[in-house]
Order: sequence, then structure tokens, then C-alpha cells
Amino acid sequence: MTVNLRGNSQLNFDTGCVEMIHGSGGKAMAQLIEGLFLKAFDNPYLRQQNDQAAFSLPPGRVVMATDSHVISPLFFPGGDIGSLSVHGTINDVAMAGARPTHLSAGFILEEGFPLRELKRIVESMAAAAKEAGVPIVTGDTKVVERGKGDGVFINTTGIGVVPEGVELGGDRVRVGDHIILSGPIGDHGVAIMSLRENLTFETAIESDSQPLHDLVADMVKVVPGLHCLRDPTRGGLATTLNEIAQQAGVGMQIQEANLPVRPQVAAACEFLGLDPLYVANEGKLVAFCPADCSEALLAAMRAHPRGGEACRIGEVVADPHRFVQMQTRFGGNRIVDWLNGEQLPRIC
Amino acid sequence: MKYVDEFRDGQLAQELAQKIKREVQPGRQYHLMEFCGGHTHAIFRYGIPDLLPPEVKMIHGPGCPVCVLPIVRIDSAIELAMDHGVILCTYGDMMRVPGSRKMSLLKAKAEGADVRMVYSTLDALALARQNPEREVVFFAIGFETTTPPTAMAIQQAERLGIKNFSVFCNHVLTPSAISTILESPEVRELGTLPLDGFVGPAHVSTVIGSQPYEYFAEEYQSPVVIAGFEPLDVLQAILMLVRQINEGRAEVENEFTRAVSRDGNLKAKRIVADTFEMRREFEWRGLGMVPYSGLKIKARFAAFDAEKRFTLKRRSARENKACECPAILRGVKTPRDCKLFGTVCTPENPIGSCMVSSEGACAAHYSYGRYRDHLAADTPSNLIQKSEA
Repeated sequence: MTVNLRGNSQLNFDTGCVEMIHGSGGKAMAQLIEGLFLKAFDNPYLRQQNDQAAFSLPPGRVVMATDSHVISPLFFPGGDIGSLSVHGTINDVAMAGARPTHLSAGFILEEGFPLRELKRIVESMAAAAKEAGVPIVTGDTKVVERGKGDGVFINTTGIGVVPEGVELGGDRVRVGDHIILSGPIGDHGVAIMSLRENLTFETAIESDSQPLHDLVADMVKVVPGLHCLRDPTRGGLATTLNEIAQQAGVGMQIQEANLPVRPQVAAACEFLGLDPLYVANEGKLVAFCPADCSEALLAAMRAHPRGGEACRIGEVVADPHRFVQMQTRFGGNRIVDWLNGEQLPRIC
Repeated sequence: MKYVDEFRDGQLAQELAQKIKREVQPGRQYHLMEFCGGHTHAIFRYGIPDLLPPEVKMIHGPGCPVCVLPIVRIDSAIELAMDHGVILCTYGDMMRVPGSRKMSLLKAKAEGADVRMVYSTLDALALARQNPEREVVFFAIGFETTTPPTAMAIQQAERLGIKNFSVFCNHVLTPSAISTILESPEVRELGTLPLDGFVGPAHVSTVIGSQPYEYFAEEYQSPVVIAGFEPLDVLQAILMLVRQINEGRAEVENEFTRAVSRDGNLKAKRIVADTFEMRREFEWRGLGMVPYSGLKIKARFAAFDAEKRFTLKRRSARENKACECPAILRGVKTPRDCKLFGTVCTPENPIGSCMVSSEGACAAHYSYGRYRDHLAADTPSNLIQKSEA
């Protein structure tokens, strides 16, 4: 496909690639923006072609979150850097109990990156934003010289509004709270690892990358007194639980037998010497709620397609040392500690 | 997961734990050493100490190849990567182990050295073929389990005429380390380290077989039960050891029959014997110089020996004096006995060998079990209370 805009220059999405001029602020950049980004993200804010988007927000507390995406590989089973950059920021906003309303997108492109792949990424981003119902209202593109980037980096920032009566945060978690997980852990990390250099193995596991704001909306509607939501991304569930234990000055007791892990994820972790508790997720959340609300919350989550496998994994306990402990399936107890450095495989 | 879940069954674990409780004789102590880091890891990861009666004490042995590698060898690997411009490949575990001045291969990588994590020696060989203009060195570590693949890579490199591949060999031998422990004055003369039995290595034994342990059982009157790395394997082995001790037997028994035979893997042993020979002595971090405990590449394969191919500096390195790892590795002390444990020395900032890998006794205790220290130390007023909810 060839788009011809404003005169004689052309964007060739079959064989072309990103060039320095695409970030220079000149005609080539305008062509890229119009021929690709505007077309894919199309909405009234972008159509105004200003350097910023102006809009009003519904009443309520405003939430803002930003996330930079540098994933390798760019395309993976279940998603790509484009859809991930939309879901990641939507979820960060949603974890405040907020409904995300607007997104921005900043691209850092490496000279030489195929336009065909960029188009695929941008279209995937547009589809993800459309599906989530959150428009990308402003953006930016820069190009760096070959060798100074890794194809594409995408930063997204999101804004959202918290409904009246909802106030979530790690510091609100209390002893006695129930800990609820929205579904199986480790899918995203294993899907990515299956493609990494030197590590190619076949798996049917797809990334769980998905937007969670609709699920969150249902949750806060049923249990507005929810204490905390967090999406266990990098560092996995273990890291998230430790962060919150630290923040709230509490301990946690979880049960391994209640932790959902897909057999394929468990198997991949087994032979790679990894622990699914530390593997990244991109479409799961963990909720802390007063014990007397947990059944209602679970019912609301299970009624939503993105929370169908929700389950209670443990409870918050008093512990001056702020340990996250786990009753193993085997019957013993152990700590689930912070991740130390990058999770590296054991040799034997 | 087939062939895995069966060996992690909580119900069976309870039954085995009950059996062990019933069979221990009141007033008798059972000091059992698990040699392998894999067992140490399983014991902590699955919370096995909670299932054992107080009479049974597990002593964590030196069987973590990452932990026992001396600092000078890590320094040499870093030198290869930083000063000789090679592509240095190694197993993931080795990457963050600190050498001198807190330098590690991960840090060397951050400073521009070409360090690659590989899952097998064949990946390293493939890198050599893909980068014919570069020298590729495989930083080989491990016990008998990882030695055959290293031997295979060397032989394959010779067969394929690959000229830019070599191995920095640090393979060590399990029986020599067990001898050193059994010969230590604490065990032999002073009696300060009671050792009533051994949980024998799992993967190592798949290669060397059960036969090499017969000497220990006979010479030192020490029962040995070879066990797999799954938690039920460990519990079953403990039960078998308790029975041997009660009956006054000192035999080699094999719990891990699904993988270990008396003679081991003949093919693997042959390729190792073809490729390597004994070093007169080799330094073990924590144990010191151990005679005939390490392997070097035979002269016939000198072209693939990184120590011959590159001129490496002669080095010396000093361990922190307050570090109790030497005593912990021999089972004389526990992590809690070390002043550095959990304060100066943590998995983020490991000082001693037992903290550098997740299979080390200190790291396993820190990462999975240190709440027990607090349980013991806490006063009744601030005891950890489980919520009623």
C-alpha cells in the first residue's frame, strides 16, 4: 500500500523503513503522522491537529499514570508492543479504581525500522484503544539513529476519573483483608520468554495482556469500600504482595494450593528453573478487600469475562516484619520474598 | 504436570511426615546432611522443616557448584570477558556472583563486556559458529551433572573443526567433597559435628551411579540414601535414613530408582574420562584446597582449553574474616550463627559463598525461611498473629 500526501514524497509500507527525516519536523514527518498515526487513531482531538488535546473531564478525582514500553520481542503470542502500551497504562489508571478517559502516545523509532512493522504496531494500538473505549488524543514521534534504539519504544500516559466514594491505595490495606487474584499468573512472562534468543521453546501460552478497567468498574460498583488494587506486572505477584505489605505495614499469608497457574506455564517455569510467583503478568489484578465483602467481590469478578477465574489466595495478617508467607501445597510454610535482581535460571 | 505433581502431593507428604514422627526414637537425635544445593532448595521451598519432628535436623552441605567456586576463578572469568574481548557464555546462575571488589559478570556486561547467558553448552558452540571472527569461551562450572555436556561440546568442536571455541573449566567432583567433610576434625576426632546420615545427590548420581557412595557407607559407617529433588523424594529419603539409623545399618540405599542405577550413565562417564583428567588439587570456596577434586581438560584437547589459550593473571583473593561460610558448608554452623547473615550479607549483597546462589544454605534460609528466626526471637507480645479471617 502506498500513501501519497502533500506532494511528491511517498510512504511505502511494503518496503520502506523509518528514516531520520521522519522525525525532523518536516514534510516527511507530517506524512508519517497523517498517513499512519492520524489514520489509525482517528478521533476529533487528533483531527484538530494541534500540539495538544484540550478536553473537559467528568467530575471526580483525576488520576494520571505513565508507562514506557521497551519490550523485546516486539511481537509475541497474544499481543505486541502496541496493544501492550495501551493495556499497560489503562491498567495503571484503573488500579486507582478510575475509569480511564484519554491516552497520549510517544514513539521513539529507530532509523531503519520497517514501516510495515510500524504500521502493524500502530494499528494494533488503535484496535486496543478502540476496544477499550479510550481514545489516544495526543502524541509525539522522534527518530534516533540506527543502533541507538531497539526498533520502537512507546510511552503512553493515561488520565482517568475515580467515581465518587472510591479511594484505593496500598496504605489502606488492613489486617484481616482478603487477597483476591483475578486469574492465572505467569502467562505474559512465559509467552515472552518462549521467544527470547537462545530460549526458543514451543508453547501454546499467550500473553494475558488485556485492559482491566471494565472489570474494575464492576468491582468498585459492587464493593466501593475496596481497599487496594494492583496489577502484578514486572516482578510478578510476589513483588506486588511485598510492595503492599511494606506500604501498609502488614504481613500476608497466602495458600499455594489456591494460586492459579496454567499447567503449561507451570511446566515452562519448571524446566527453566523459574518461579511463576515472580513471572510478569499484563492482564491480571490483585485486590484487597474487607473480609465481609470478599464473596460479593468474587461474584462480581467471576461474572466479568476478564475475571472469570478469580479466586481468593490468602489474607492480610499482622506482622511487624512484613513478611509475605505461603503455606505450600506440600504442607510447610515459607516466605515469598522480594525478587532479587533478575530471575535467572538455576543450573541443576 | 505429569511426573512432577505426583512428587509434590501434600496428602502423601503428611502421611510420610507421620511415619517419620512415629519412627524417630525419643531422646535420639538424627543429624542428616543433604549434600546437594538442589535438596537444600527443595527443603526450604516446600517448607519441609515444618513437617519434621524436632529430633531430625537437616544440615546443609556444600553441594552448590555456584557457591563453592572460589573468587579467583570468577575473577578470571571476568578477566576473560573484560580484558580478552571474548564472548563469555555461562549458565544464568553464574552471572551475578560477585568476584573481587563486588564485580560480577552482570556488572562486566553492563560495562561493555560481551557476556551471554546460555542454557546449554551447545548454545555456546552455536555462538562460536555464528561469530567466527570472535573468540567464544564457555565458563564451565558444576558437578558431575554438567560435566558430560561440557565434554560433548569440546569433542564436537574438535569434530567440526571449530577454532574459536574454548572452555574455562571449573568442574568439580562430589565424592572428594564428601570425603573432605567426613575427614574433617569436627566429624572424625572432635565429634562436634554429629553426622548420622547423608541424603545423597540426585542429578549427580544419575551420572556417577550409586556405587561411589558405598565407600562412605562402609569406611565411615554412614548411611546414604540417594534421593530425587522433589519434596516427596526428600521426605522418603529422610524416613529411609531414620530407619537405617534405628536399625544400626550403614548402607547405600537408592530412593531415586527412577533415574539412578548402581553404575550410572556409562556413556556420560566415558566421554568425561576421554576429555578430562584430575587436577592435583582444586580450591573450593569454603572448604579450601581439596585434593583430586577438580577436573582439567586433557592435553589432547589443549586447543579448547581457555586456560592454555589465554594468559590469565595469577590471582589471590581474600574472604571476609567474619564470614562463617566455611563452617556452614561443612555443617558445623548454621546461617543464624553468622554475624553477617541477614545484616551485611543478603542475597542482594552476598558476602559469603552460601549466599551467592539460591541453592546456598544461607540464601535458601534467607529467602524462604528467615521468618522462623523471628518466630523464635519474637516475644509473646509481638508474636506473629494469624488473622482469624
